[in-house]
Amino acid sequence: MNRLSSLLVLLFTLFAASFNAKAQEDSTAHTEATHEATESKEALNIKKIIFEHVGDAHEWHFFTAGEFHATIPLLVILYSPTNGLSVFSASKFGHEGHREVHNGYQLVDDHYKESLIAAGTPASDVEKIKNGSILAVDGSKVYDFSITKNVMSMLISVVLLLWIMMSVAKKYKQRGVMKAPSGLQNAIEPIIGFIYTEVAKPNLTNKANKYMPLLLTFFFFIWINNLLGLLPGGANFTGNIAVTLALALVCFIVMLVKANGHFWGHLLNPPGVPFGVKLLLVPIEIISLFIKPIALTIRLFANILAGHIVILSIVCMIFIFGAMAPSAGWGFSPVSIAFSVFMFFLELLVAAIQAFIFTTLAAVFIGSAIEEGHGHEDAHHHHEVEEIIL
Amino acid sequence: MELLTPELGLFVWTLTAFIIVFLILKKFAWKPILSSLNDREKGIADSIASAERVKAEMATMQAENQKIMVEAREERTQMLKEAKELKEKIVNEAKDQAKAEASKIISDARVQIDHLKMAAMTEVKNEVAALALQVAEKVLRKNLATDADQSNYAKMLAEEVQLN
Repeated sequence: MNRLSSLLVLLFTLFAASFNAKAQEDSTAHTEATHEATESKEALNIKKIIFEHVGDAHEWHFFTAGEFHATIPLLVILYSPTNGLSVFSASKFGHEGHREVHNGYQLVDDHYKESLIAAGTPASDVEKIKNGSILAVDGSKVYDFSITKNVMSMLISVVLLLWIMMSVAKKYKQRGVMKAPSGLQNAIEPIIGFIYTEVAKPNLTNKANKYMPLLLTFFFFIWINNLLGLLPGGANFTGNIAVTLALALVCFIVMLVKANGHFWGHLLNPPGVPFGVKLLLVPIEIISLFIKPIALTIRLFANILAGHIVILSIVCMIFIFGAMAPSAGWGFSPVSIAFSVFMFFLELLVAAIQAFIFTTLAAVFIGSAIEEGHGHEDAHHHHEVEEIIL
Repeated sequence: MELLTPELGLFVWTLTAFIIVFLILKKFAWKPILSSLNDREKGIADSIASAERVKAEMATMQAENQKIMVEAREERTQMLKEAKELKEKIVNEAKDQAKAEASKIISDARVQIDHLKMAAMTEVKNEVAALALQVAEKVLRKNLATDADQSNYAKMLAEEVQLN
């Protein structure tokens, strides 16, 4: 069983690597074609390719073969203070290379940017607009709440997560408590146990049980999304700063809401510190309070994003060599695939480790906020010592 | 910089989805799973505790059994010893009694034998005395039938007296 699953993982990784390669090839071919048609500046824009892959989009693009675009258009939900709410399919914007204006909204791509520059908008302003974002043609403010690729990926992960955990919970009811776990239950149970003994118990001590649901949700939500992000054509969900920011915010709010007097006391009025030092210490303490969620945000985002970029870069090297000479591209591809297979294994590990680290840090931060003071005990202790001396 | 600016839409969707997932999982998955795990932990702890208890009970029982065995063995030895002593005592008593009886019978027999002997002797004596008297009477009657004999005898008697 073990051997079979590792074989599957290997096959899958190889497939993923080759698929990525193919996608790259297609998009490169595509880019080249368009560049040729429009008197291109560069033959191969690796940065653009990679950023397109790690970024978000309104369509789920799998590959392009010639004129055929294998994309799933997703739901666009826009709110504009002037035009109100509008909901439509992203296919209304036309397809890659042939974008159209719909309902007064435009999906930004290179062509649109060029047309903006041609229309006289300063180039520095145009550079700031994200490719793939949606603008109102009249220039009014638009809030984009679309079901983008990342949101879609998250919804899939949510369905998976709910299905897995509900079935596990059901199994406990069916099989009774004292029976040995089996199947998925057997896979999930040690992880839950691990989170309890390694994360919750050491940081939250006697309140561990209370925060277990939150920590478990953090862990499994991040983990399953990390893994989905590794699938070929998968979205870079946990490598998106908006996502990690939202997760860190949840942790931060829980921390602030649950923080006790002891925590605030030590933060705003550290005991046993001279007034002068206090003036210096309190601002630092307050800054450190806000650095905690930022650390959570950046750590997860940067790790996952870096992994994706490294894999993409390794795969892209085939096309860099291929651009020099086709034989060099073919020659380098086994090396590149070997590297990306290695990176995929590493990313599988990182997917779990980063989920674990996020959960641990969340537990540490919440633990520091709900920690009971030792002040009284210390005072009592001192008193005892004095008595003994007297 | 593009990557470092969070998009509002994704942020809002993630936040809502995460909170909803958290609430659903908390109610329908984590609570039941955690309570089941807790129950199992308790169950296992109880089982171990009861096993320990049974073990301890077994140990005390065994010790008791051992004690009882030792006591029983001692009692048996004691009983055997007593029985032996009793047997010896009874045998000795029987022997003594038999001896006493025997000696009594013997002495009785002896007494009776003596008695009978005496009686027999007395009878023999009486018989002999009677016979002697009859013989003496007959002798006397024959020896002293003449006067000369009577005077000789008287004379002899007188001489014996003179000599004395």
